[in-house]
Amino acid sequence: MNAIRKRTAWLVGLLGILVTTLLFLTPFAFIFTQAAKDKNEASLLQFSWPTHFQLWDNIVAVFQARDYMLVIAFINSTILTVASVALLVILGSLIAFTLDRRKSKLNPLINTFVLAGLIIPPAVVPTIWVMQSLGIFKTMIGLILIEVAFGLSFTVLTMRAFVATIPKELDEAAIVDGAGPLTLFFRVIFPLLRSVIVTIIVVQSIFIFNDFQNPLYFLPGNANATVQLTLFNFQSQYATSYNLLFANILVITIPMLVLYIFFQRQIVAGMTSGAVKG
Amino acid sequence: MTSVQSRAGEELTLTRAPRASAQHVDKTYPLWFHLPGGIVYIVLFIVPTLFSFYFAFTRWTLFKSTFIGFENFVLFFNEPGLIGSLKNTLIYGFLTSGAKVALGMVLAVVLSMPIIARGYLRSVTFFPVLVSAVGVGLTFQVLLDPYNGVVNKLITSVTGSDGPGWLTDPNIALLSVAGIDIWKGVGLATLIYIAGIAAIPNEYFEAARVDGASSWQMFRHIILPLSFPATSTVIILSLIGGLRSFDLIWTTTQGGPGFASDVIASVVYKQYQAGFYGLSTAGNVILFVVVAAIIYPLSRWLNSKETVL
Repeated sequence: MNAIRKRTAWLVGLLGILVTTLLFLTPFAFIFTQAAKDKNEASLLQFSWPTHFQLWDNIVAVFQARDYMLVIAFINSTILTVASVALLVILGSLIAFTLDRRKSKLNPLINTFVLAGLIIPPAVVPTIWVMQSLGIFKTMIGLILIEVAFGLSFTVLTMRAFVATIPKELDEAAIVDGAGPLTLFFRVIFPLLRSVIVTIIVVQSIFIFNDFQNPLYFLPGNANATVQLTLFNFQSQYATSYNLLFANILVITIPMLVLYIFFQRQIVAGMTSGAVKG
Repeated sequence: MTSVQSRAGEELTLTRAPRASAQHVDKTYPLWFHLPGGIVYIVLFIVPTLFSFYFAFTRWTLFKSTFIGFENFVLFFNEPGLIGSLKNTLIYGFLTSGAKVALGMVLAVVLSMPIIARGYLRSVTFFPVLVSAVGVGLTFQVLLDPYNGVVNKLITSVTGSDGPGWLTDPNIALLSVAGIDIWKGVGLATLIYIAGIAAIPNEYFEAARVDGASSWQMFRHIILPLSFPATSTVIILSLIGGLRSFDLIWTTTQGGPGFASDVIASVVYKQYQAGFYGLSTAGNVILFVVVAAIIYPLSRWLNSKETVL
């Protein structure tokens, strides 16, 4: 019995390694080999080891292309991701905390808003219209606030479930000790939210860093490009530089893969919240 | 709390206690905590959504709007290129969602078994989720190139005949993009299912094993019903994502060839680019109605089934 089970464990595992490697890793291997080829070889689109391995030269070329556009884009994407995620964490946890602790008449409305934010596709042109009248269309601040508005529902939903597990007695103890609401929240509650905050940071960073649609609509223009938009630099109808295109894909994918390796547990926790109810 | 207080100073607390506790709540959890996030959300999400119901009925230049009744919607439903996008949106949404549910379940069951290299396998299935839709789209555009692409070269070397024009043949372009979407998203569905299966108490499996249940019976009568919360999460999440999908379609086919793989979200972008802001907004409203009309009853139904279990 045990021997059979051990053999199945090996068999299924080996089969799994074979299938997943073929299906899921081959495209990554393809990206890597393409990124290391010279222009002519890459344009053959073959899946082969490069004859002249020039990964480093290609990466340098990608960063230098169009007056260091990728460098600017990395700076833009970093500002966008860090600022929106920081705002999401603070504003989202404030809402989640108050929503859980205070049973006010507003709660049903707020809950409806939270669900609406998950379901409703944003209305593009009216959003641009509102942003234009506020003077924040085509500005980084505008895009940051957009990412906050669109990501808030998920943040509040994930955080509220966690806030509910923090005992109310802590609040009361802090109040008895003379803490005001801000002290209570930032000194007592916020530090206790650490694990869910890490989850939100990692998951939202992936969403926002990889976002294509919102920067395309709300922050157009080459000077403001985020990393996702730089991919179109090397694609033209006549002479696509496939080696540089794939080097670019490689360069902008690695940060997220590294993030996953370090924060695997939190990503899993965040992405699966909701799958396990009760 | 109030009873302790009322013993200390009877007369005062009997009358003041309720107000004092309301004040206490107000002081501890002030409502303005909702404000900073709420303002951003209402101004940049709720307000545009509400205004979309007006601007969808106008001819609009951002500076000036003329009310034209249902003209935008009539145009949308009569233009083959536009109405086709509605059909494509539904096909794309249900196809990707259904496939993610089925494949995610199968993968999760396998990856929950005590097999070798489980951690590695789980990571590898999840990797595509971390790559941006643009990166995935451009990579597959190259892999699926009709003449030089790796996939078709493989097909030619095996079968001897030419492979299909995955993204260039109008009959299969949408299905190809859906396939890429499934490749990219199945890792997330799998992850959710793994969490759902892990949450099933071990006693069920032990009891079934004692009763001599086969693996299939365990899957059919324990895993399948008890991982239902995970199933409903996967269905809802992937359906919302699928119906709203834009990034992947735009970076692989741009809705083409012709209008063959246009979905509502790509039509909204095209009309916006062309300067037809009213029509674009009408597309947004139609997408809103489609998503809400499907997701709302579906999630209620799934929830009611969940409470029955």
